[in-house]
Amino acid sequence: MIRRLGIGGVLNWLSALSMMAALYLVFLYAPTEAVMGDVQRIFYFHVSSAWVGFFAFFVTLIGGIAYLRGQNRDWDTVALSSVEIGITFTAMAVITGSIWAKATWNAWWPWQQEPRLVLVSILLLLYLAYLMLRAFLEGEERKARFAAVYGIVAFISVPFTFMSIRWWQGLHPVVFEREGMNLTPKMLATFLFCLATFTILYFTLLLHRVRLGRLEDRLRGLREQLR
Amino acid sequence: MAFLRKTLAIVWKDVVAELRTREMFSSMLVFALLVIVIFSFSFDLRVENIVQVAPGVLWVTFAFSSTLELSRSLAVEMENGCLDGLFLAPMDRSVIYFGKMLGNLVFISTIEALMLPIFSVVFNLNLIRPLLLLTVFLGTTGFAAVGTLLAAMAVNTRAREVMLPVLVFPIILPVVISAVKVTGGVLDGAAFSEFAHWIQFLVAFDVIFLVVSYMTFDFVVQG
Repeated sequence: MIRRLGIGGVLNWLSALSMMAALYLVFLYAPTEAVMGDVQRIFYFHVSSAWVGFFAFFVTLIGGIAYLRGQNRDWDTVALSSVEIGITFTAMAVITGSIWAKATWNAWWPWQQEPRLVLVSILLLLYLAYLMLRAFLEGEERKARFAAVYGIVAFISVPFTFMSIRWWQGLHPVVFEREGMNLTPKMLATFLFCLATFTILYFTLLLHRVRLGRLEDRLRGLREQLR
Repeated sequence: MAFLRKTLAIVWKDVVAELRTREMFSSMLVFALLVIVIFSFSFDLRVENIVQVAPGVLWVTFAFSSTLELSRSLAVEMENGCLDGLFLAPMDRSVIYFGKMLGNLVFISTIEALMLPIFSVVFNLNLIRPLLLLTVFLGTTGFAAVGTLLAAMAVNTRAREVMLPVLVFPIILPVVISAVKVTGGVLDGAAFSEFAHWIQFLVAFDVIFLVVSYMTFDFVVQG
């Protein structure tokens, strides 16, 4: 019996299989790093989480702009869903980053050395502010409009925040240059695969969350009709 | 230019209203003084060289006072349907944005003008220098540019006093960092070339956020 597999099903399977493959690659296939040892394996999921965090924010920007132009509620649902998923992955990036920092530099929060840790935390704050704004507003249309505007302003502030944090460090020598970590071909392959896996996972979660959002909208509409 | 005239009319309205009641002015002034006092006591117990923290204290005070002013400035528009009155006037929504923004800039700058001598006395530093005044102006413009837009959003929420700082602070962080760096550089007597890039950065931030806020303000105040 061949069941027709919708896009949701396809993405589910793709995510599951690629994640299993990614786990294998990260723990078994990738070689142990010379300087940091096995702790370095956090890097694969840490950077991938941060990537999804930023990408999700970008999707929120697109959703916001699209909503303001067309007043199509679905775009607002995409923006909101992206924020929720983005928060999750950004929080994961912050936590894994902190663990990695403690393991390599013996500091949970090395402000001076790592601008990206500060930046990602700001990103998390911006996300949370977005949700808080929606929570404290009345009226669906107003929520969508304000959230869209805030999403745009917040996204544009990110490059500025990044640059200012980076410059703020001045000429302090970085204690451990993570950039200097040489990726062997196996490591690079693992890393790229993890990036792809997390991106697929993001889109899977986005699809399901957007569907949920559309059902909520329909429910709301039906409630209004019955009133 | 009609645009300029209308913008200035809104600024004039705010200034006259404030001159009559002085409530925003007095509350901001008292607040800023309290902040200095609290900081003086907090740092005095642990920090040897209070001059090191002076730029930070200065800009934290300005940032929090600005939030107070922005919140109040947009809140008064909601009372008695003043905002609706503005919409009925024959002008572009962008005039309202620039008018409010300039009004905010004027008010915050007035308080800052009062605070700088007081800070100079408390920290025993000369803060009335042209480069520092330029930085204060640029930083305040940044606060006002993006703050006016976000305050217009926050004032519609249930917890408006809490909402504005939550929205504004992460976004104006680059302004605060730049301003603190330049202030520190000026006070340390560093060469201009060492912090010139921060000033350029401030200008870029101001320009971009003025444009973005102006373009999106319409969506916030409609309906």
